[in-house]
Amino acid sequence: MKFKQIAGAVAVAGALCVAGGMPGQAATLDDVKAAGTLKCGINTGLPGFAYTDDAGKWTGFDVAYCRALAAAVLGDANKVTFVNLTGKTRFPALAAGEIDVLSRNTTWTLSRDVDLGFTFIGVNYYDGQGFIGRKALGVKSAKELGGASVCIQTGTTTELNLADFFRINKIKYEPVPIETNAEARAAYDAERCDVYTTDASGLAATRTTFPKPGDHMVFPEIISKEPLGPLVRQGDDQWADIARWTLNALITAEELGVTQGNVAKMAEGTDNPEINRMLGKEGSMGKMLGLDANWAARAIAAEGNYAEMFERYIGADSPLGLGRGLNALYKDGGILYSPPFR
Amino acid sequence: MTGQPFHRSRAEMLQERPAPITSVGVIGWMRANLFSTWLNVALTLSALALLALTVPPLIDWTFLDATFAGSAGKDCTGEGACWAWLDQRIHQFVYGFYPAEAYWRANLAVVLLVPAVGYLLFANLPYARYGRWFSLAYPVIAAFLLVGGLGLDVVRTDQFGGFVLNLVAGITGIVLSLPIGILLALGRRSRMPIVRTFSVAFIEFIRGVPLITLLFVAIILLPIFLPREVSLDQLVRVMVIITLFASAYMAEVIRGGLQAIPQGQYEAGQAMGLGYWQSMRLIVLPQALKISIPGIVNTFIGLFKDTTLVIIIGLFDILGQARLLQTNQDWLGKVDYETFLLAALFFFVICFGMSRYSINLEKRLDTTRR
Repeated sequence: MKFKQIAGAVAVAGALCVAGGMPGQAATLDDVKAAGTLKCGINTGLPGFAYTDDAGKWTGFDVAYCRALAAAVLGDANKVTFVNLTGKTRFPALAAGEIDVLSRNTTWTLSRDVDLGFTFIGVNYYDGQGFIGRKALGVKSAKELGGASVCIQTGTTTELNLADFFRINKIKYEPVPIETNAEARAAYDAERCDVYTTDASGLAATRTTFPKPGDHMVFPEIISKEPLGPLVRQGDDQWADIARWTLNALITAEELGVTQGNVAKMAEGTDNPEINRMLGKEGSMGKMLGLDANWAARAIAAEGNYAEMFERYIGADSPLGLGRGLNALYKDGGILYSPPFR
Repeated sequence: MTGQPFHRSRAEMLQERPAPITSVGVIGWMRANLFSTWLNVALTLSALALLALTVPPLIDWTFLDATFAGSAGKDCTGEGACWAWLDQRIHQFVYGFYPAEAYWRANLAVVLLVPAVGYLLFANLPYARYGRWFSLAYPVIAAFLLVGGLGLDVVRTDQFGGFVLNLVAGITGIVLSLPIGILLALGRRSRMPIVRTFSVAFIEFIRGVPLITLLFVAIILLPIFLPREVSLDQLVRVMVIITLFASAYMAEVIRGGLQAIPQGQYEAGQAMGLGYWQSMRLIVLPQALKISIPGIVNTFIGLFKDTTLVIIIGLFDILGQARLLQTNQDWLGKVDYETFLLAALFFFVICFGMSRYSINLEKRLDTTRR
């Protein structure tokens, strides 16, 4: 009896500690402004999306979003504290309030959105999982991979997609689980597995690194939807709105032809009312978000609009050489579509 | 019968002659060590064959065929290693993201480490009396230099990285885990129930849980339990966990040494009227630590290698920097082995150095009568 009482007391005290320590509904915007820096969770290294330059500065497609958001909120694209997170630490870090926003090629899924208590604020890259294999295998399609060994990165949605795909098609396979992308690539190169699977964006880059890229082929099947996007904690709608509309502003800027080069001039006023509303010349959109009028202009000035960011870090002329594909604007045949600034 | 008496012994000394060349010098050494039995001959020959097969290609790859100039992976077209990243990236492997204008501070801290450690490790250095005090003050000096404050610009700990981060985390752990381990070992053998229970519980808990689990608890669970205003520095959290982890293992190593000391030594201390701490300090511990040296250094080496786990708090030690460069699209797929080789070389130098020093220490302190 006594033991039960003590145990109960301990449990209650523990629960109180958790409740007290939980990041409440406090305004993230105020916290960020008070800290004077945006804590942005990024990858520990992913080609094109998050990497360091020779000066040790973080750059990349996911990183660029952090800088744009910092410019919108704090007025300075360099007021970002980057927190490097692994696949395992990213969600706890966001839940515990160690970061304000997570921009780490994270797939938007129902369970992450609902069960983990996060709010995905949009999609900045539509990806999908594919396979790369040796041409010498004589296989033309992923559906012919019966009995093949597959190198795969653990702890990611790709692992689950793979299981689903083979179950649906009723074929057997032998998974070769590997911790990081670089090791998986090396394992495939060393012929420890017949095929290697990861997001198609990664496959294209991987293929270029092999000594003879022509010996390998990316199979036509894309077996999953991988909408990658930034996310914030659930429960602070204002902050989610700011994060969401910063991303929308970057996409809309491409649609309306606002670039890093001309944004300063356009902010002085144009003939297009939507540009004027977005850049703060007309209306009071910044005020609605709890920011000043020039928030979107600063976000675009930081790293350019969506197209400029895409081309600089992952586009056709970058070492990754990815085409726009699904990530083109809706009017160019893609599915990138921002709600209007009205 | 007269004549020359028959001498069974020689009249004059023979000249000294060198020992047969088959038992001295290079040949003698080889006969004794490499070709003494047929098994040894076979082992020697196969080892030589293995070396002949592996070493020349390795040297070709590492140096002769290697590419040393270039600005991106595509410049490395040769068959050999790609070292073109070295001159742009080596500072990140050494300092991480430490601000370039403060490199001198990290350099000074590492340079000062040499006398600080030297005075602790070697007895026969000049000015030893002052040196010891310097060694004691060194952690404060190094922390001031590395972190800043009091006039120096503050460097956040998440800017630490590379070689310097391994050194900082490793040396902090090594310096703190030995005294904590000694206290825990003594605590476990103590007659005071609270002290003993605490020590046993601590040691068994830490040894029963993998290091990575403890690190995740410190990094992920701790912030949930602490109020939001209280934020412990991430690097400090990791260093505390690594130190405590090594301390628990250290305690068991030292307890092994303590148990090897005959009861008579403890009783001798008591008979001379020494108190508990005096007899421990003067009689028991010097002997116990001496026989624990191999185990202690073992724990040190393990601890030093565990410093690579800082990657899970998003800090990039030398191994993390290697992986980071591998994911840079300019170098993608070109530098996988080269960067790991550099990290491996660094760990080998440090860990081999520790192991040689421990052998040296064992010889110096050897008082057994053979």
